[in-house]
Amino acid sequence: MSSGDGVSQSSSKKSKKPRYSRFTQQELPACKPILTPGLVISTFIFIGITFIPIGLSSLSASDAVVEIVHRYDEVCISSNANDDEAAHFARIGYIQDDRTNKTCTRTLNVPKKMKQPIFVYYQLDDFYQNHRRYVKSRSDEQYKSPENEQKTKTCEPEAFNDDRKPIVPCGLVAWSLFNDTYTISINGNTIPINKKDIAWRSDRTHKFGSNVYPKNFQTRGLIGGAKLNESIPLSEQEDLLVWMRTAALPNFRKLYGRIETDLEANDKITVVIQNNYNTYSFDGKKNLVISTTTWIGGKNDFLGKIYITVGGICLFLAIAFILVYLLKPRPLGDPAYLSWNKDPASY
Amino acid sequence: MKMRRCVYINDDNLAQDLYCDNRISNRKYTIWNFLPKNLWEQFSRLMNQYFLLIACLQLWPLITPVNPVSTWGPLIFIFAVSATKEACDDYNRYISDKKANEKEVWIVRQGIKKLIQAQDIKVGNIVWLRENDEAPCDLVLLGTADPLGTCYVETAALDGETDLKTRVIPSACMGMDFELLHKIKGVIECPSPDKDIRRCDANMRLFPPFIDNDVCPLTIKNTILQSCYLRNTEWACGVAVYTGNETKLGMSRGVPEPKLTAVDAMIDRLTGAIFVFQIVVVIVLGIAGNVWKDTEARQQWYVQYPTEGPWYELLVIPLRFELLCSIMIPISIKVSLDLVKSLYAKFIDWDDKMVDLETGTRSHATNTAISEDLGQVEYILTDKTGTLTENKMVFRRCCISGSCYGNETGDALTDEKMLNAVSSGSPDVMQFLKVMAICNTVIPVKSSSGAISYKAQSQDEEALVRAAAQLLMVFENKSGNIVDINFNSSLIQYEVLDILEFTSDRKRMSIVLKDCQSGKILLMSKGADESILPYARAGQQIRTFAEAVEQYAQLGLRTLCLAWRELGDDEYQEWASMFNEANSTLVDREWRVAEVCQRLEHGFDILGVAAIEDRLQDGVPETIETLRKAGINFWMLTGDKQSTAIQIALSCNFVSPEPKGQLLIINGKTEDEVCRNLERVLLTMRIADAEPKDIAFVVDGWALEIALKHYSKAFTELAVLSRTAICCRVTPSQKAQLVELLKSCDYRTLAIGDGGNDVRMIQQADIGVGISGREGLQAARAADYSIGKFRFLKRLILVHGRYSYNRTAFLSQYSFYKSLLICFIQIFFSFISGISGTSLFNSVSLMAYNVFYTSVPVLVHVLDKDLGEKTVMQHPQILFYCQAGRLLNPSTFAGWFGRSLFHAIVVFGITIHSYALEKSEMEEVSMVALSGCIWLQAFVVAIETNSFTVLQHLAIWGNLVAFYVINWIVSALPSSGMYTIMFRLCRQPSYWCTIIYFR
Repeated sequence: MSSGDGVSQSSSKKSKKPRYSRFTQQELPACKPILTPGLVISTFIFIGITFIPIGLSSLSASDAVVEIVHRYDEVCISSNANDDEAAHFARIGYIQDDRTNKTCTRTLNVPKKMKQPIFVYYQLDDFYQNHRRYVKSRSDEQYKSPENEQKTKTCEPEAFNDDRKPIVPCGLVAWSLFNDTYTISINGNTIPINKKDIAWRSDRTHKFGSNVYPKNFQTRGLIGGAKLNESIPLSEQEDLLVWMRTAALPNFRKLYGRIETDLEANDKITVVIQNNYNTYSFDGKKNLVISTTTWIGGKNDFLGKIYITVGGICLFLAIAFILVYLLKPRPLGDPAYLSWNKDPASY
Repeated sequence: MKMRRCVYINDDNLAQDLYCDNRISNRKYTIWNFLPKNLWEQFSRLMNQYFLLIACLQLWPLITPVNPVSTWGPLIFIFAVSATKEACDDYNRYISDKKANEKEVWIVRQGIKKLIQAQDIKVGNIVWLRENDEAPCDLVLLGTADPLGTCYVETAALDGETDLKTRVIPSACMGMDFELLHKIKGVIECPSPDKDIRRCDANMRLFPPFIDNDVCPLTIKNTILQSCYLRNTEWACGVAVYTGNETKLGMSRGVPEPKLTAVDAMIDRLTGAIFVFQIVVVIVLGIAGNVWKDTEARQQWYVQYPTEGPWYELLVIPLRFELLCSIMIPISIKVSLDLVKSLYAKFIDWDDKMVDLETGTRSHATNTAISEDLGQVEYILTDKTGTLTENKMVFRRCCISGSCYGNETGDALTDEKMLNAVSSGSPDVMQFLKVMAICNTVIPVKSSSGAISYKAQSQDEEALVRAAAQLLMVFENKSGNIVDINFNSSLIQYEVLDILEFTSDRKRMSIVLKDCQSGKILLMSKGADESILPYARAGQQIRTFAEAVEQYAQLGLRTLCLAWRELGDDEYQEWASMFNEANSTLVDREWRVAEVCQRLEHGFDILGVAAIEDRLQDGVPETIETLRKAGINFWMLTGDKQSTAIQIALSCNFVSPEPKGQLLIINGKTEDEVCRNLERVLLTMRIADAEPKDIAFVVDGWALEIALKHYSKAFTELAVLSRTAICCRVTPSQKAQLVELLKSCDYRTLAIGDGGNDVRMIQQADIGVGISGREGLQAARAADYSIGKFRFLKRLILVHGRYSYNRTAFLSQYSFYKSLLICFIQIFFSFISGISGTSLFNSVSLMAYNVFYTSVPVLVHVLDKDLGEKTVMQHPQILFYCQAGRLLNPSTFAGWFGRSLFHAIVVFGITIHSYALEKSEMEEVSMVALSGCIWLQAFVVAIETNSFTVLQHLAIWGNLVAFYVINWIVSALPSSGMYTIMFRLCRQPSYWCTIIYFR
C-alpha cells in the first residue's frame, strides 16, 4: 500500500460519519432457540406422534399390494448335470445356442384378488446396469435426431458395425436389450398384456426421436439382446425406452406391460416364457413379477418400518427425558455448571 | 562495502541515465505479463496445483466420472475471482501512480525554470516546491524562501507524525542568491538507496564559482523526502537525489510477509490428512476395482471388457476413483474463508463501539486474514506510555535545588511557593525554567491572533514548554538559530549553536547555546535520572535529587532531570570541530556522533527534577482485569524506570497489591548477580505454582540483556511459568526479542503499542495492534489492527476475535463435512456398481452442490453469535475454549468426519432401500440422494446455528426452495429426469424422520 492512499484513508475515516446499520454492528434481531427440556421433549413427542401414523399407513399400503414373484431362470433350463459348475456351463451352452427351443411354460397361483391395472415386470438380479463402462456407452444425441447418426463417439465398443457404419441405436445399453417375452393365459384364455405407454412420456416425446429408425442394429458378429424392427421409430420402441432407463442398483425391475383385467384369487395363470436372455454367464437371476400398486408404489415395507422405528425411538426418548426431568430437575442457565465454576483449581 | 552514488547537481549531460527516472510504479503486473504472472502466483499454492492436476485428469474421457466442466467451472471461477481482485488492486495502484507521475512540477533545465511532469524528473535536477506542495522525490535542499535557510515540512505520509519538522539548507548553500540557484553546480555523494527514513548520511561539494572547498555534511535535516509537504514556507528548492522507486518511501514500501493464523495452519494440516485418506481410499478401491474387473466383469458379456487392455489399464480404475474422491478436498474452502475473513475485518472497521469519540478514529483491520488469532491470544505484550496511558503529559511537580514544589497541591503550577519563587526571581528557579523552555526541539507557531501554539515531537517537551510558559517563561519565537524567550515581558535571546539530539542509548538530549547578550556559551541538558545524575560536577550533592526521583516514581510520575553548565570558548571550538567531523562521516555516523556527544555531556550543574504525569487511559484497569480473567497473560514492556513501571502496573491491575500479589525483582549488572537472582525467582515461582497467588517478575533492560544472552533456558522457563512480567528500561529490539521468545514456546502473542519504538515488536508478534495515538501513526501503520484506545482491545479480542474463531472453525469443518458426505455416497455407490467408478450424481448436481447449494447457507454463518456480547464480556473465561482451540482440532474434525460418514450411510441406505427394484432408475435415485444431502446439510447448518437472523432464515430455507426451483427448471428441459421430482416430493417425510433422528 502506498502511503499516499493511507493518508486519504485515514482522513476519510475521520470525515466519514459512522453510518449505523444493524448489519454492520452485527446487531440484526435474532431468535436464539435454547434447547430447553420442554422444547426437546415436545419436539420428540411431536415427531413420534406424526411418524408412527405415517409409518403405519405406508406399511398397510405396502401390505395391500398383491405381488407374484417367480424366478424362472433355473427352472426353465433343466440340467441333469451332477455338479453346479457343469450345470452352469450347460446352461450357458443352451442359452447361447440359436437352435434350441427356449420356450418355457410356468403356472402361477394368484394368492389374492388383483385389481386392474396389474403390472407385469421382469426383474434381473446381479445385473450391473450401473457399471461405468455400460452406463456411459450411449449417445442421447444420436437417439434424438437422425442428423446425429454419426455421433457415436461415446458408444464404444458398440459404435460401428463391421462395415464401419454407425449403429442406431448405438451403445452397450441398447445392444444388450432384454429379449425374454411372456404370454399369459388363464384356463386357455389369453390375457392381453398392454405394452403401450410403458415408457416415460418424456422419453417418447423428447429423448427419442420419432424419425430415428434402427439401423445396422445387432449386425455384428456378437449379438447381445433383442433385435429391433427397423420400420418402427425409436420413440415407439417402448421396450427399448424402458431398458435404456438404466437402473442404479444391480437388482432392478423393469416394466414389461400392463394387464387390464382383474385377476381373481386362486386363479391359475399359465405363463409362456421365451427364455432368450443370457443371465447364466454371470449367475444373474431372472424373475417374472406380477403386481398391483397402491399410492406408495410397489411392495416396500422399508419406509413404513423406518418411520415406525424412528417414531418409536423419539417417543421413547421423550419419555426418558421426562423421567430424568422429573427425577433430577436442574435450573436452566445455572452458572454453577460452568466449567470454571465447577473446578476453580484447574485454572 | 557500502555502495555510493554521486549526484551531479543541475548537470543535464552527466550521469543522468545511471539512475532510474522518477516514474513511480507500485504495480505488480503489466497488461502483458498479468495473465502468466498471476497464474504463476496462484499456481505456486499447493492446493491450486492439486486442483489443476485433477482438472487435467478429467480431460481424459476414459477416466472422468463426470463432465470436466464440474471441476473446470469452479476452478476457473475461483481463479477469475482472485485474478480480478488482483487486477482491481493493481489498476487502483496504476491510477494513483499515474496521478503522482503526471503531476506537474517546476524544475530547472538548462538554467531555465520549466514545468514538467513529475515522472520526468531525473537525478540531479533542481526541483522547486511551493507552499503546500508535495515533494515528488527525495530532495536535498538548496534554498528556501527563508533568509536563514529553514523550512517546515509535514512528514505525516511518511512516518505518521503530524507535527511540523524543521529542515535547513546545507551550510554551503547558506546565503546564496536566489538567481544563482539556477546555475548552481556541484556533486552530492550519498549512499545507495535504502529505506531508513531517519538517516541520510551524505556529503555535498559545490563547484566553482561557488567556491567552497569544504565538504559539507548532509543529514536528514537537509532533505525533503518524497511525499512530505512543504508548510509555512513560501518556496523551497532542492536537488533530486533519489527518484522513482528508489526513494526512501519507495524502498520502504514492501509487501509484508503474510501471517498465518493457527486456524489456517490447522486447516492445512487437516487438508493434508484428508489428502492422505483420499489416497488410501483410492488405492484400496483401485485394487478392489481391478480385482472385481478381472473376476466378475469379464463374465458380464454386456460390459464387453476386452481380454487384452492397453498398458495403462491397471491405472484406469484407481484414477477414476481419484477423480471421484477429489471433491473430498473442497475447492471452495479457500475462497469462502477469504470471503468471510474480509467480512470479519469489515465488522471490526464498522464497529461503532470501537470508535474513539475524542478524535473520531475508527478501529481498522489492516490485515484482514488473521481475525481468528485474536480469539486465541495467550500473551499480550504491551507498551506503557501512550498505550496504557494517555500520553498526554502534564507537568505536575518539580524539585529545584533541594526544595520540592507541588507536593501539597499535586500541581506545581498553582503552588504558592512556586509562584512566589517565580515572582521573586530566584536564580535557581529561573535557570530551571529557562532549561525547561529552551532545551528542546519544539517549534512555536504564532497564530494571527497572537496566541502561541507549540509543535513538538515529544510530548514531554511540549509539557515542559507549556509549564514554563505558564510560569511566565514564554518560549516565543524561533527564527533560524535565534531563540526568543519572553520572561515577564523582557526579551532574552539565545543563539542555538548545536543540538545534541535525543537517542535512546544516551537517554538525554542537550543543546549548546550562546547568550546573545553576554556571549557566554552554555550547555543545557535534560534526560533520564541515570543518564544525568552520575555526570554531575564533582562536589554537587545529588542525594536530594535522587530521593525526589524515587519519590515521584513511586507516584507513577515520569521524571526528567535538568542540568546545565558553562562551556569555555576553547573547549567548545575544539569540540565543535569534532562534532562536525563526526557528523560528516558516512560510516557509523550515529555511533560516532554519540561518542562525541558524550565528551561534552559531563560535569553538569544539576538544576532539578521535573515530574510529569501521564494519566492512565479510560478503562485500562478493567480491560486488563477482564482479559486476565479470560486467561490471557500480560507482559508490560516499557522504556521507563522500574519504580514508575511497577507503580503503573499496580494501578492498572497487572498485579494485585501486596498480600495477594508478589513481585520478584531480577536485576544486577553482572552475570553472577543476574544468575543468582534468576535462580531465586525461578525457585519461588516453582513453589508458588501450586497456590493461587499473583506472582509477577520484574526485570530491567540490563539484566534482561544478560539473561537472554547467557541464561536463555532459565529465562524461558521463567517466562512460561509466569503469567505476568514487567520489563523496564528495554530497548525496541529487546521488546522484539521477548516476543520472539514467547513465540518460540508456541504461544500466540499479541503486541500492542503506539510509538515508533514498538514497531519491531508489533511486526514480530503473531498479531500486532497499534494505537493510533499521539505519538503518530507509525505503530498503527505497521500493525495488523489499529485501535483508538487501549480499552477497545477487550472488545477486539472477546467479541471479534472469539466470533471469528468460532465462525471459521465451523465454516472450515463444515466445508469438509459436506464434501465428505457426497464423497462417501459416491464411494458406497461404487460398491453396488461393480467398483467401476460410476458417479451417482451428474455433473450439474455435483457442481451446484459444492458451489451453490452448500456454500450459500454456510456463508451466512458469519452472522452467527453463539453467546451474546454481554455474556462474553461478563464471563471472559469463555475465551478458554478458543485459546485451547477446542472448536477446531483433530478430534472435533474427527467428529465431523464421523458425522459425514454416518449421514452418508443414512442417506445412501434409505435411498437404495426405498428406491429399490422398479423405482431404481439412475436419475431418480441420484436426485433422491442429492435432495437427502441438501436437506441434511440445511439441517446441520440450522442445528449448528445459534442465533437465527433474517438473513440466516433466508439463506437456509431460501436455499432449499432454490434447490427445488432450479431442479424444476432443469427438469423441465427435456433432458434429465422430469418426473423424479414429483415422485420424490411425496416421499420427502422419510428424510425428515432420519434428519431429526440425528438430533
